[in-house]
Amino acid sequence: MITRRLYRALDSRLGTTSVGRTALAKVFPDHWTFMFGELALYCFIALVLTGTYLTLFFEPSTSEKIYDGAYGPLAGSEVSSAYASTVSLSFDVRAGLLIRQAHHWAALLFVGAIVLHLLRVFFTGAFRRPREINWVIGMTMLALALLNGFTGYSMPDDLLSGTGLRIIYSVVLSIPVVGSWIALLAFGGEFPTDATTPRLYISHVFIVPAIFAALISLHLAIIIRQKHSQFPGPGRNERTVVGSRLWPAYTVRSLSLATGVLAVVFALGGLVQINPVWIYGPFNPAQATSPAQPDWYVAWGDGALRLFPRIEFHVFGHLVPAPFLPAVGLGTVTFMLLYAWPWLERWRTPDRAEHQVLERPRERPWRVAIGAWALTFFAVLLVAAADDIIARLTAMPVTGILRTLQILVCTLPFVVAAVAFGVARALKAGTASSLAELTAEDVRAGLSGADGPGPADEAPDQSIQLWRNPDGTWRWRWSGGGEQLTSNEAYLSRDEAVAAARIAFAGVPIDRADPPEGVILPGPRQEPGWGTRLAAGVVWVALAVWGRRRSKTDDRTEV
Amino acid sequence: MSADPGPMGGERGAVRGIRIAFGVSVLGAAGFAVVYSVGGNTQLLGVGLGVAFAGLAVGLWLWGRHLLPSGGYVEERPPLSAPPQQRGLLAAAAAGPQSPVRRRGLVGMFGLAFGAIGVAMLFPLRSLLPLRRPDPVTELRRTAWRAGGVRLVTPEGVPVRADDVNSQTIQIVVPEGHPKDGDAPAFVVRLDPDRLTATPAGGLVAGGLVAYSLLCTHAGCPVALYEQTTGRMLCPCHQSAFDLLAGAKPIAGPAARPLPGLPIEVDADGYLRARGDFTAPPGAGFWSRP
Repeated sequence: MITRRLYRALDSRLGTTSVGRTALAKVFPDHWTFMFGELALYCFIALVLTGTYLTLFFEPSTSEKIYDGAYGPLAGSEVSSAYASTVSLSFDVRAGLLIRQAHHWAALLFVGAIVLHLLRVFFTGAFRRPREINWVIGMTMLALALLNGFTGYSMPDDLLSGTGLRIIYSVVLSIPVVGSWIALLAFGGEFPTDATTPRLYISHVFIVPAIFAALISLHLAIIIRQKHSQFPGPGRNERTVVGSRLWPAYTVRSLSLATGVLAVVFALGGLVQINPVWIYGPFNPAQATSPAQPDWYVAWGDGALRLFPRIEFHVFGHLVPAPFLPAVGLGTVTFMLLYAWPWLERWRTPDRAEHQVLERPRERPWRVAIGAWALTFFAVLLVAAADDIIARLTAMPVTGILRTLQILVCTLPFVVAAVAFGVARALKAGTASSLAELTAEDVRAGLSGADGPGPADEAPDQSIQLWRNPDGTWRWRWSGGGEQLTSNEAYLSRDEAVAAARIAFAGVPIDRADPPEGVILPGPRQEPGWGTRLAAGVVWVALAVWGRRRSKTDDRTEV
Repeated sequence: MSADPGPMGGERGAVRGIRIAFGVSVLGAAGFAVVYSVGGNTQLLGVGLGVAFAGLAVGLWLWGRHLLPSGGYVEERPPLSAPPQQRGLLAAAAAGPQSPVRRRGLVGMFGLAFGAIGVAMLFPLRSLLPLRRPDPVTELRRTAWRAGGVRLVTPEGVPVRADDVNSQTIQIVVPEGHPKDGDAPAFVVRLDPDRLTATPAGGLVAGGLVAYSLLCTHAGCPVALYEQTTGRMLCPCHQSAFDLLAGAKPIAGPAARPLPGLPIEVDADGYLRARGDFTAPPGAGFWSRP
């Protein structure tokens, strides 16, 4: 009763009912690959939560102080405040180490989830018109995630991160003409300076996260406006979205994913050690850790620095140093190509149409080949960043391993791309629905360039039933291809229902029918459950579970 | 619907499973609180919180899978672009008779003023590098090493005598009074003059002492791994190798320039002193490097 009145008060001030109804009935396509973006979002939330806690204890300063905490080997030594407070929050702040390690693990998973999401979008053609803007926003978020990951692990002023900072400083220095100015402006002088850590800090905890939050909001607003893309199937066309509704199915699934992410992050944070800065020791300009490996998402850059041949040259008497091509050059080219991909593909194919239905990767063997090439290329670079560890484990000379990896990075991507191309062609040509079902015949057909049956056309036996519910609301249901799809909303009038059905399935005849049996109907329009109303008005996802529980007790008293 | 869904099957089973999962979650949360209160063992804290969230995740997953419908709904997707007539109305409203965009001259001046402010606002960015400091190129080119008495000291500040340096290991040195300088670290080592195939850039003193910059000429990492039998320095970051017997020239890895030498001398008390700055700017290269 109280919630009903509260909701009425909110609705009369903000008019939330219409938006709320639409939001609750929003349809999400059912496919597990659509969860990667959400995974990244929940990692971001885990990062904000754990990171906020860490800011309460971390001191972003390199001024010297005596560490006098519980970590014995460091007791009494004079180290920077940043380093001392990091060790302190690991050993002297109760639960501090858990939160710190959970933060680091969440960062690793965050970038991983973004990359998986990127791959899904890439291989299924989800970046095509009208989703190019979100592709660009997503790419910016990937770049910012790499940047923030790097600034994050550079802040503790330990020996490993100091070495990493120095490498980045050298990479920036290598930029022609303006490199020295950019590097010294950014670092506040010649490396190392006391200005650097506070700058890393404000960038890490405020500037980049703020931009990130804005970009996430924009990313989601655009996807809500455009609605989700979907894989082909019965009833899935350019004018529909088929799947489960936000409320209740996806609210519960999504909360499950969010809590699952937190479970993994905290379990890893408690059980698996990461970035033990007390073992690396404080930063010292005359020392380096050995071996020295960065976090995985920047390791490809480090691998490129190791593998790229010794090329330094002069331009008009000025030096272009060795790190320029493998670090600045490769990074720039990678992101330029990624940003430009939707337009590159449009330039090479005649396809300029709007696409709401995704492609299966096999439908574009060339795209599969290029994606496989890039993945292999970066995987080899990532492995190359661990060449010294490989040398140590295999007791082989590091120069031999380097040479091998240099050959691999030039050849393996082409081999993998060719195989991927062939597999995609075979899948496209034959009838196999997955790799395991692939037959020699399919492969032959793929090699000869035959085109398979292609996606099936819309079933000819489509029909739409329209009916009136006992409470006076209207609904419709589409049948075709052996599947039945119910309209996500109940409509107040027949005309509204017909209009929606006409948008979704133009040209399919609409028959008046009796209300079918066994259909689970959501609450009618005028009378959504009051718990639903409240949830719609306020932050509906957060209040969802609670609202549902309350509405059950309410039903019992009313019936 | 099968006849017997089993204890965990069917809707009743699902409800039971969810209840158990949420119950486990409560236990995990309670465990976390208890562990925190009695000392906060990191592993147990992680397990507690992990179990608490995992219980929620499993329970919600079961809820979504067994108690809620999946799929079967369709939402219509109206076209995004408006009919041309509506676009025309928007254009008319935006660029109507009183619209500011019609006054081209004023809009131009506005753009100019706005741009001028934008450019002016870039100037304070220069403060990121303190103005009292020398310009970047000067700063990158020189270090604290200079002629006339800068002694070579260990990172802990102990002056190094020529006799202290042996041929087994390198001695890392910094300029006296500048232990934190990023560009100054160097090392001294004793080499057998007969094995040298090139003259060290910084010269050879006291019967075989040479001093070089410690910073790799590739990306600036300290090249602190010395292999005495071959006289090579290895960089731990990207595996560049420098041959000290051949003037510290790079022989493997991505580094392209030899380590700059440090000219040294032995003073009257037997301590090592610098005779000047490095023979070239140390560390990673840059555009205006000579």
